[in-house]
Amino acid sequence: MPQFEAGTFDCIVIGAGHAGVEAALASAKMGASTLALTMNLDMIAFMPCNPSLGGPAKGIVVREIDALGGAMAKVIDKTHIQMRMLNTGKGPAVRALRAQADKVLYQQEMKRTLEEQENLTLHQGVVEKLIVEDDEVKGVLTQIGAIYRAKTVIITTGTFLRGEIIIGDLKYSSGPNNQMPSIGLADSLRELGLETVRFKTGTPPRVNGKTIDYSKTEIQPGDDVPRAFSYETTEFIMDQLPCWLTYTTPATHEIINENLHLSPMYSGMIQGKGPRYCPSIEDKIVRFADKSRHQIFLEPEGRNTKEYYVQGLSTSLPEHVQRKLLESVPGLEKAEMMRAGYAIEYDAIVPTQLWPTLETKKIRNLYTAGQINGTSGYEEAAAQGIMAGINAASRVLGKEEVVLSRSDAYIGVLIDDLVTKGTNEPYRLLTSRAEYRLLLRHDNADLRLTEIGYRLGMISEERHEAFLAKKQLIEEEIDRLRQMTIKPSEEVQEIIRESEGAELKEPMKAADLLKRPEMKYSQIARIVPPSEEKPEDVAEQVEIFIKYEGYIQKSMQQVDRMKKMENKKIPEDIDYHAISGLAKEAKTNLSEVRPLSIAQASRISGVNPADISILLVYIEQGKIAKISG
Amino acid sequence: MHYDTIAAISTPMGEGAIAIVRLSGDEAIQLTSRIFRSPSGKNLADEPSHTIHYGHLIDPSTEEVVEEVMVSIMRAPKTFTREDVVEVNCHGGLVAVKRVLQLILKEGARLAEPGEFTKRAFLNGRIDLSQAEAVMDLIRAKTDRAMNVALNQMDGKLSRLIGDLRQALLETLAQVEVNIDYPEYDDVEEVTIPLMIEKCSWVSEEIDKLLRTSSQGKILREGLSTVIVGRPNVGKSSLLNSLVQENKAIVTDIAGTTRDIIEEYVNVRGVPLRLVDTAGIRETEDIVERIGVERSRQVLKEADLILLVLNSSEELTEEDKRLFEATEGMDRIIVTNKTDLPRKLDFTEVENLVENPKIVATSLMKEEGVDELEEAISKLFFEGSLEAGDLTYVSNARHIALLHKAHATIQDAIAAAEANVPVDMIQIDVTRTWEILGEIVGDTVQESLINQLFSQFCLGK
Repeated sequence: MPQFEAGTFDCIVIGAGHAGVEAALASAKMGASTLALTMNLDMIAFMPCNPSLGGPAKGIVVREIDALGGAMAKVIDKTHIQMRMLNTGKGPAVRALRAQADKVLYQQEMKRTLEEQENLTLHQGVVEKLIVEDDEVKGVLTQIGAIYRAKTVIITTGTFLRGEIIIGDLKYSSGPNNQMPSIGLADSLRELGLETVRFKTGTPPRVNGKTIDYSKTEIQPGDDVPRAFSYETTEFIMDQLPCWLTYTTPATHEIINENLHLSPMYSGMIQGKGPRYCPSIEDKIVRFADKSRHQIFLEPEGRNTKEYYVQGLSTSLPEHVQRKLLESVPGLEKAEMMRAGYAIEYDAIVPTQLWPTLETKKIRNLYTAGQINGTSGYEEAAAQGIMAGINAASRVLGKEEVVLSRSDAYIGVLIDDLVTKGTNEPYRLLTSRAEYRLLLRHDNADLRLTEIGYRLGMISEERHEAFLAKKQLIEEEIDRLRQMTIKPSEEVQEIIRESEGAELKEPMKAADLLKRPEMKYSQIARIVPPSEEKPEDVAEQVEIFIKYEGYIQKSMQQVDRMKKMENKKIPEDIDYHAISGLAKEAKTNLSEVRPLSIAQASRISGVNPADISILLVYIEQGKIAKISG
Repeated sequence: MHYDTIAAISTPMGEGAIAIVRLSGDEAIQLTSRIFRSPSGKNLADEPSHTIHYGHLIDPSTEEVVEEVMVSIMRAPKTFTREDVVEVNCHGGLVAVKRVLQLILKEGARLAEPGEFTKRAFLNGRIDLSQAEAVMDLIRAKTDRAMNVALNQMDGKLSRLIGDLRQALLETLAQVEVNIDYPEYDDVEEVTIPLMIEKCSWVSEEIDKLLRTSSQGKILREGLSTVIVGRPNVGKSSLLNSLVQENKAIVTDIAGTTRDIIEEYVNVRGVPLRLVDTAGIRETEDIVERIGVERSRQVLKEADLILLVLNSSEELTEEDKRLFEATEGMDRIIVTNKTDLPRKLDFTEVENLVENPKIVATSLMKEEGVDELEEAISKLFFEGSLEAGDLTYVSNARHIALLHKAHATIQDAIAAAEANVPVDMIQIDVTRTWEILGEIVGDTVQESLINQLFSQFCLGK
């Protein structure tokens, strides 16, 4: 195959899934000339699994991406068929927005966003090989011999690397949804010495909605109030489609038990490690045999299609067994299966080979993001994509790298977990992974991250000004409530009685009254009205901040303690094997991860407090040696 | 560089005239001033650096005097660690110095890791390069040793109990997490506020029980409070002497700070006994007579173990019966002494007075039966038939400090639950409790919560 020079860019992004599109957009927005290469332009931002975005932890990530200037939130706001706020009965830290997507519209809207982006070239092509010289990436070579040169390359190939689809005893080389797998690039990465693991994930069958008997299911409508992920969205979609809830039956469980020997999960055909939080139906029934039924959610895949996603029935059993399974579920007795569920195995990069910027330690200027790094989920992918894009562009433009900490964002938690601890199953964000989740709320993602996005040039002046104004309103209102005293008048007692609170005995600061669990900001605002009514998002912040101040302060103190350790940097050239006091396991693991700070070192498995003490002393010793030497 | 405030006993363990507890860190002086009372009412925080002050340490929760002390305050940077340092000089002896340390830990200091003072001195630039290697060796060696010691000390029962508490917390936490991360799954019961209160209260009570065994100062820390009672001339003092001689008193003549009863410590087959009012026995042979009925009742009330001595060569008297009454319901061993003389005591009568009596016959004059008595004491203790023996004993200052912390944290959780704070906020304190308890047994891996989540509940798409 003759080769030819096809162009030179600051940054090349391989793949245009959820990680790829955010990476390409971020890099281009920051001013780096960017090429997005994808195997198939019609599959941009495709959702091969659930037609939904958000939910606990993930929904907060979508807002964080928006606050940094990413696209995911805005695109889903324009293309969803339903939105719901989850966990409304719980505390503010765990509330989360979730949207059902129109899959096709989502793809189209994202494609248009990329097409309109300045500095961004969108091109269809299959990357066969990375061009690397002296451990530094220089560009890529495609299947047809095109050479694209670039200062940085970001790989976002999802589950395509040596992808294999498995249904029953059928196994064939394929990307998700029967797309072309990526074999050449996988070999290229191995040749470069990057270590990979084999992971597995799966998806359920899809059915034709026209053949569903909805009368046997429960309706699950969206919220009837306007909802949006993006802080910039002003138009809301109120015409929503419902989802439907049904359950497995004893017959379903019997079919699975009878056919377990046909499941590639149990026959040994699947070697890859699957995610525990996303088990197949056969897994659920084997591991939780005492559960008499499991929920099945029927989710429309879009407005222009009758295809329904059968959430809860992920399986790799043979197609004829899948048909029987569907028949055993109320409402699906006569359902026509349009696509069978399948399992997919793929190569993922061991993520401890990455710096927290998502650059590979081995090959300079090469970044990886998304499912290739061992994660699962569109939101997790997009989060890594935007960070890799920001860091690749920063490298080219000579700007400082951007690493979000665990107390800044769920994105920080995600990336720190990956590069520090690695993962032995496809990694999913959970709220419990965030030790400061009270600070990482969906309602304050803009307060946490807009400033960073603005500094990077990813947030418009206009949005930034609006953000500053909001911040000021919040601070002023908090101050005002702290100063205002409420006297126990009959009018005040009346308002307190509304929510069955104990009457005031003596005057009290407005902020203290708001601290009572039963009191709402709206009530306080009636007692001591502000000069002008506060917007809802401002009122929400004021209420959360005052009500949970004690808890927030506690979390902040923890963050301060961690920051001290975070600020203790470890020199890059440190040789752990030369430190006599370190335990053997600590030496090995520290050498592999090469943490940048003492805090990161302390999170590595097998590194105990004594090792950290010794490390601190050793680093200090080095400093003294430099001064005196 | 600012670190938290640490404390440790910095004189060798054992008997000395004085012992020193040292604190280092930003809070060292403030913290000490909160528990220090000087006769002239001065506040340590206002005193100049490198000065020494006489006064008492008090427990702010009870306002009780803990110890008479001399306190030196030294402000940074001219100190060993280049941080603010306080040295508390107290009476020698394990009991006094441990009490002081515990008070300081309870007040918010953290127990220093092995070699940590030296480490800080180094990190703050106090020690030069040539000493650095030595510091690292010290940390490693001390940590390994401390870990071995800690592991050996760690009572299997205690770590099992802590493990149970943590598991209970973990299961609740996992359930809360599932409610949060999978809000639409009806497989998992919603953790409600009453459920949270119930679980937390149970944990709180269990921690409280553990703390009671420690704060009463019983058993391993101070010994099992033991009183020998009996009519005059039944052989109480001989019994005392043979227990003390056989076992070589480990601590002698510690004068209590609030009362003048003299105690002696003996170690009987691994069971530490604190023999109360031994002076009384020696001087007058009659505890009731010497200190009066009220006082003796008080002494008896505080006892963990009663050794009730009878004269087997005489019949049971009214006075004997009164002693049985006075010690009703307590852990008793009946010692029937003087078996060398012809027996007149009616054993069935004794057995009628006590349910399941533990009777040991001795002839202290002929040195017979002492082994059997010791056997009986050790059995009572180790087989858990003593009331206190049902509890697990917490003797380590670090453990006690952590238990106090865990207790305060779970109490915060309960208070929040009672105020109807959302479950996921309460959960913050529950998680913290779980972590603190984990520090006791050396396990705080966050991953175990996520493992619990997936093993306990069926989740997913």
